[in-house]
Amino acid sequence: MTNQTGLSGLVDRAALVTPPVVARRVRGLSERAIAWLFITPTMLLLLAINIFPLIWTIRLSFTNYRANRPNAAVLDVGLANYQSILTDPDVWAAMTVTARFVFWSILIQTMLGFTLAWLIDKKFRGHGLWTTLILLPMMLSPAVVGNFWTFLYQPQTGLFNYVVSAVTGAPASSFQMLAQVPLAPWAIVIVDTWMWTPYVMLICLAGLRSIPDYIYEAAEVDRASPWRQFWSITLPMALPFIMLAVLFRGIENFKMFDMVNLLTGGGPGSTTEVASITLKREAFEKWRTGYSSAFAIILFVTVFGLANIYVKALNRVKSR
Amino acid sequence: MKLLQTFALTATVAVATVLGASAPVRAEGKTITLCWAAWDPANALVELSKDFTAKTGVNMKFEFVPWPNFADRMLNELNSKGKLCDLMIGDSQWIGGAAENGQYVKLNEFFDKEGIKISDFMPATVAGYAEWPKGSPNYWALPAMGDANGWTYRKDWFARPEIREEFKKKFGRELEVPKTQEELKDIAEFFQKRQIDGKTVYGAAIFTERGSEGITMGVTNALYPFGFKYQNPKKPYDMQGFVNSDDAVKGLEFYKALYKCCTPPGYSNGYMQEGLDAFKSGQVALQMNWFAFFPGLYKDPNVGGDKIGFFVNPAQKEKGSQLGGQGISVVAYSPNRAEALAYIKWFASLDTQKKWWALGGYSCHKGVLNDPNFKNTAPFAADFLVAMDQVVDFWAEPSYAQLLLAMQKRVHDYVVADQGTAKGALDGLIADWTKVFKEDGKL
Repeated sequence: MTNQTGLSGLVDRAALVTPPVVARRVRGLSERAIAWLFITPTMLLLLAINIFPLIWTIRLSFTNYRANRPNAAVLDVGLANYQSILTDPDVWAAMTVTARFVFWSILIQTMLGFTLAWLIDKKFRGHGLWTTLILLPMMLSPAVVGNFWTFLYQPQTGLFNYVVSAVTGAPASSFQMLAQVPLAPWAIVIVDTWMWTPYVMLICLAGLRSIPDYIYEAAEVDRASPWRQFWSITLPMALPFIMLAVLFRGIENFKMFDMVNLLTGGGPGSTTEVASITLKREAFEKWRTGYSSAFAIILFVTVFGLANIYVKALNRVKSR
Repeated sequence: MKLLQTFALTATVAVATVLGASAPVRAEGKTITLCWAAWDPANALVELSKDFTAKTGVNMKFEFVPWPNFADRMLNELNSKGKLCDLMIGDSQWIGGAAENGQYVKLNEFFDKEGIKISDFMPATVAGYAEWPKGSPNYWALPAMGDANGWTYRKDWFARPEIREEFKKKFGRELEVPKTQEELKDIAEFFQKRQIDGKTVYGAAIFTERGSEGITMGVTNALYPFGFKYQNPKKPYDMQGFVNSDDAVKGLEFYKALYKCCTPPGYSNGYMQEGLDAFKSGQVALQMNWFAFFPGLYKDPNVGGDKIGFFVNPAQKEKGSQLGGQGISVVAYSPNRAEALAYIKWFASLDTQKKWWALGGYSCHKGVLNDPNFKNTAPFAADFLVAMDQVVDFWAEPSYAQLLLAMQKRVHDYVVADQGTAKGALDGLIADWTKVFKEDGKL
């Protein structure tokens, strides 16, 4: 059992599936050696582009290293960077902004995504066309979406303000989505929702389509109302899929950078400065490499820890 | 024998290097790369550099990066010891870091050898673009592109009798180019949401950008005239009572008032390009921007010519304009140092400098600027001279980026996001800057 775990286990499993023909062709090499031969390049690549940078980042996080000062002495500072980050009110402000953004965007996207999936699952006339249209925003580049919405939010000429103006009667230039402190965070949530609700919808749709029809037929026989069917069959059976969508979107939104950078650059003031914007400023504008490495590790541990807890909850739901 | 071979090889390389550096360059087919921002003067430099290629046979390649990404891209290049750029026209604030980190070649010996006199260039530009440490005769660049912050205005709107009459009735004076910051705000307020030719126009396009350097480069044009100082002139890095003096607080409050009263809707993240767009589209009466853009604006078919006027950043308690502009440096990692130095030598000559100004670049050469006819060569030429005489620059320390980002945050939080007070913002700024200087061992 023990030799089935870790790298050795991986090699053994690879050796088992290696076709005997291959082993015969390479004379003098055992099946296990051939398996090593195949796996080694991948392992090296992973080590080079994933593991080594991670270890190096951890190492740098305990130093005062700055990438723009190659001649300066690099000193070990122990936990000073971590202490400095965890006691910095600006960092906590950025984390709060991030948490709010993640919470609201996921809540709205999940509700909308599931509703859309539920409607599309009804297979009404033209549902295929609607599915394609709904999926379009997701296929665009975030850079394009960011620029595109910057124009839409333009208070004098932007379509968004005109639509709101037509609906509410308020003058179009009386509010500025990207320039006003109370509105700017919502401007980003709206764009993220517009772009990524289709993604949540797709996952939810997969969940809804996986529910066998006979369960509904049995419920019909038992004279369960549509509402009862939804709460007792649809939602519980689609829940693992919904939770999966929440997990994916949560991880993505926690590290959101491109859209915020393009729409507001973290402003007005620091209203929309999410953690990734702060990290970018520390790492590539202030060039505090050691400090920003520590910040990156903290973010990584936070996401990794939260995702692990969540996956355990997801597994519990699936096993019910 | 092996030792002898090694010695011979080393000697050959050394001789070749010395000859390469001193012999006149006629390196047919060789190409050097010049890195700068992508803007109007860069196009003029491409045109100008054709003469260099014709004279030396060295081909020129250009790497121009749009302003919002210019610092990120080029500092990354320097920090990674990249060989992309042989010549760099870098921002004035980079000089400290580039000099201390060995990224630029020190040019003193080269200037001495080639007879290039740094005293031929305007003192403010030498101090701003070439020297490090400031005030010392150590030169890391040749002043290449003089620049300062200035203003443009709609001369045609100012000339309309009905507008002039209304302005006089309201303020008791003629509608003229403002002489003080307060007058500037009056004018901006007067034009805000005014109907001109059936269109709603606004007062002023000012710098409010958050991401790079925008709002700092804008707010300093209010802070300097009101009396803001970076430090105690008698005690370096002593900022208490200078950065947050009562005058500085008034200056910051003034800039916020100008932003609140007189900018177009949604103008919370505007820098050079947004200002140009607002002015060219006939949206604003006044525009804050760099002199570098004025030749292009003057040629603009819609708002240029007789419709546009220019003025220097107005004084208040004292005079002051934010310094822009750049020096040209040889990148220390360049494999084409001899050719890059040859370019500097060619660029420093009076004939090249005259042509540089004629093509739309802002020469810093006294031979160009002190020419009695200079003021008549362009409608903004006289103002440029006045502006360059009153420029103040931001910190040019190796940690300038940290100092700049701290100011971006403090000022944007107060001016645009309405958080806290002006005094609180400037006190916070001193705390941020003190932390940076302490980390750098300067305090």
